[in-house]
Amino acid sequence: MDTFCDQCGSLVELGDHARCALRRGLEPPRFCAHCARRMVVQVTPTGWTARCSRHGERCG
Amino acid sequence: MADSRTVTILDMARSQVLESGHGLTQDQVLDVLALPDDELDPLLELAHEVRMRWCGPEVEVEGIISLKTGGCPEDCHFCAQSGLFDSPVRSAWLDIPMLVEAAKQTAKTGATEFCIVAAVRGPNARLMAQVAAGIAAIRDEVDINIACSLGMLTPAQVDELAAMGVHRYNHNLETARSYFPQVVTTHTWEERWETLRLVRDAGMEVCCGGIVGMGETPAQRAEFAAQLAELGPDEVPLNFFNPRPGTPFGDLETLPVADALRIVAAFRLALPRTILRFAGGREITLGDLGARQGLLGGVNAVIVGNYLTTLGRPAEADIDLLGELHMPIKALNATL
Ligand code: SF4
Repeated sequence: MDTFCDQCGSLVELGDHARCALRRGLEPPRFCAHCARRMVVQVTPTGWTARCSRHGERCG
Repeated sequence: MADSRTVTILDMARSQVLESGHGLTQDQVLDVLALPDDELDPLLELAHEVRMRWCGPEVEVEGIISLKTGGCPEDCHFCAQSGLFDSPVRSAWLDIPMLVEAAKQTAKTGATEFCIVAAVRGPNARLMAQVAAGIAAIRDEVDINIACSLGMLTPAQVDELAAMGVHRYNHNLETARSYFPQVVTTHTWEERWETLRLVRDAGMEVCCGGIVGMGETPAQRAEFAAQLAELGPDEVPLNFFNPRPGTPFGDLETLPVADALRIVAAFRLALPRTILRFAGGREITLGDLGARQGLLGGVNAVIVGNYLTTLGRPAEADIDLLGELHMPIKALNATL
């Protein structure tokens, strides 16, 4: 279970994340779901990688 | 019901643009943008006929990649890559192996164009060296035309890029000259125009478009179309505004679909022979149906796959759509 929203970086359990959910289909993650750090994101024509300095890399 | 003014502008466009190949003037574009929704279908049909007559059925497919992301010193109010705003986009540099891999992925889709983009005011020596190394590495492994978009250039940088074999340079004017100061304050529209002039003089193809739906008026959209027609670029990428969190324009709404489609058709009628490319924001503004209508309403080029910092439709979805619409993908080295 993610603690933080990967789109806005705030706690998943706090507030309304409807816009974040809508955005997610056309956006890579921006914030680490474990610690809310802003990630270094690289988008390529067919995918993306998102790296948190503490929690490592995700890709899609 | 169509009124007499409606009939007049479409009739005029038919004889002036479709039959004679002369683009609409600024005032005529404004008339097109004022057409009511019940005239949208005939407008799109005419724009499609113009595209088929003056450009042909082929579609130019392109992939783009961000070589240097974020941290830009400029303040373009729509841009998540400006370092001046509280945007979640962080700075990143792509290494050469990943750049080559991206070019390979792009070529696999059938694309003939690969555009290398950097979020900068203009390139410094480090970026120019990275671009030169990247282009050389791509050329060793991938057969694809290479374009660049690296911001404002000096005459020496234009010559360097031409010598590297960059066949097309992208530099968007973004919006009408009269609206530009509301969008960007750290440089001028005229500075952008100067880079485009240098690129043209060096013999590179000019790619110049912008973003529609940033709060400009219909009159400013018509002004922008006329300014692009005066420039005469080889390609016009048409982006649809997509609000980016943390930017000054982050709370603006996206364009209604009908307005976006009217703009597509109007730009085609202003620029009958130009490569008119669907670029960023089309997924969010137009959706699947609108994308199809745009391709049947004047567009003859697409960016496939993802964009610089946002995601697009899967490339296969667009390639399948082109097949369904019987629109062949332009072959490498063919000229539209
Ligand atoms: S110059 Fe380009 S990268 Fe920089 S803020 Fe403007 S649009 Fe964004």
